[in-house]
Amino acid sequence: MSRTYANNQAETKANPIAGACVVARNITKVFSSPGGVITACKDVNLSAAPGEFVVIVGPSGCGKSTLLRMMAGLDSPTSGTLQVDSPNGKRPTNSMVFHGRTLFPWLSLRSNVAYGMQMHGKSRRARLDRADELLDLVGLGDFRNAWPHQVSEGMRQRTSLARALAIDPQLLLMDEPFGALDEQTRYILQEELLRIWDNTGKTVIFVTHSIEEALLLGDRIVVMTARPGTIADDIVVPFPRPRSLTTIRSHAEFGPLFDRIWSRLRDEVERGGAFR
Amino acid sequence: MSRRRQELTLTIAGPVLLLLLWELLSRTEIINPIYWPAPTALWPTAIDMFQNRDLLGDIRISMWRILAGFVIGTVPGVMIGLAMGLFWPVRVFLMPLATAIYAVPKIAILPLAIIAFGIGELSKIMIVAISIFFLIALSTMSGVLAIDTQFRDVASNLGASRWQMFLTVALPGSLPAIFTGMRLALGFALIVIVGTEFLAASKGIGYVIWQNYQILRIREMFVGLIITGLLGWLMNLVLDLVERVVVPWRNT
Ligand SMILES: Nc1ncnc2c1ncn2[C@@H]1O[C@H](COP(=O)(O)OP(=O)(O)OP(=O)(O)O)[C@@H](O)[C@H]1O
Ligand SMILES: [Mg+2]
Repeated sequence: MSRTYANNQAETKANPIAGACVVARNITKVFSSPGGVITACKDVNLSAAPGEFVVIVGPSGCGKSTLLRMMAGLDSPTSGTLQVDSPNGKRPTNSMVFHGRTLFPWLSLRSNVAYGMQMHGKSRRARLDRADELLDLVGLGDFRNAWPHQVSEGMRQRTSLARALAIDPQLLLMDEPFGALDEQTRYILQEELLRIWDNTGKTVIFVTHSIEEALLLGDRIVVMTARPGTIADDIVVPFPRPRSLTTIRSHAEFGPLFDRIWSRLRDEVERGGAFR
Repeated sequence: MSRRRQELTLTIAGPVLLLLLWELLSRTEIINPIYWPAPTALWPTAIDMFQNRDLLGDIRISMWRILAGFVIGTVPGVMIGLAMGLFWPVRVFLMPLATAIYAVPKIAILPLAIIAFGIGELSKIMIVAISIFFLIALSTMSGVLAIDTQFRDVASNLGASRWQMFLTVALPGSLPAIFTGMRLALGFALIVIVGTEFLAASKGIGYVIWQNYQILRIREMFVGLIITGLLGWLMNLVLDLVERVVVPWRNT
């Protein structure tokens, strides 16, 4: 089967609101449960300028998802300050692409994508049209009426992306969004994401375990330590845009940067004790 | 044979085999046909009861009691169950009450129901309602509690207000559990209404069974029993159809 992905003229037409600005200062998050106290992350300083694409990598359990949840306003820091500002002075909007099965099983793919717009009070016509556009964009136009359990994991993940884009957020928070995808789909969606980002000026904070993906997507890569997570390294990615895997792989800085991130991560994974 | 036809065959095979065995044992008088009349011998009795003794009226009134009680018990049951699932103080407050009352054999509250609602129709409807109320509430609550917390996060991240969260996450998310509760409740309702009509009614399918037993009209009693079974089966079928419409994502 050949997949067709519509080009994203819809995105260029959309009102290009610049992205939100994120500043986190000395963020610490402690979870206390009957089983004990866990410090997920400690003294994290992290910022993202409007329109910046920041990638976070770090060993499992170092608090990456926790950080994103706090930026999304789903959880609050135990100490430290976290500021998300909108460039137009209004309330900043964000949406998150969670990892795992987070499509509502009781809504069709189309209604899932339209959900955020429904919550924001858009008219039925407008939100269904927009949902169809976005489903076309991620190559799922033929599946708009399917239930989530009827489509593959990769298709569900693409729908989640469309759902997050549908409310046209200033800040897009993505938690390992492409981790469960097959390689080809991942490439296509990475390209698509870059194009959307480029056209809309959204700020993106993106968590991944793939160093290559981090290098392909990010303006900056933030490397975190093992739990309690702190920032171990903050790297500016020098590759010119537009990027593709081929162009970045042949760039002179690719190897050294890859090694730098990998050696950092390896130290942390070993320190974290998972492989001892 | 397709899976569907296999299912249909097996579904029908159970009752048919039982009836055949019964017929055989009764005809050969291995079991006493006075007390165990053969199913085919019941047929004329049933027709006679429909034609001359308003059996349809008995069926109708029992169905009405069940249906009215079912609705009166289910609607607030679902609402309380949702509240118990969503708000822990409500849950903690109502839990001991709900589990204690849930455990009481429902027919035991018949005298109370009569004192509270009189000897007429209302007490019969209310006893059905009361018997299923806590069952529905408890299964609705467990349905809400079983909803993955990620869905709540997604909804609130996409801007759902508390009320929208209730309508778009808690309610649809707990619908499968609500239907499981309703299926159990249907069984409860039938038991309770037949028991109630044994003791305190002058019409209804339970009354038909008990009355005919007392004057040893065994065939008539058996007709009443079989009809009770058919009613249970039919109501379940209707509930299945409703579920298919209301919870379409589950049945595909
Ligand atoms: N709600 C919670 N209650 C208690 N502990 C929690 C909670 N959420 C996260 N944690 C703990 O906080 C730590 C960080 O979790 P988090 O999910 O942020 O890690 P992560 O970096 O996203 O890991 P992964 O790469 O495996 O997704 C973990 O040790 C986890 O057990
Ligand atoms: Mg995570």
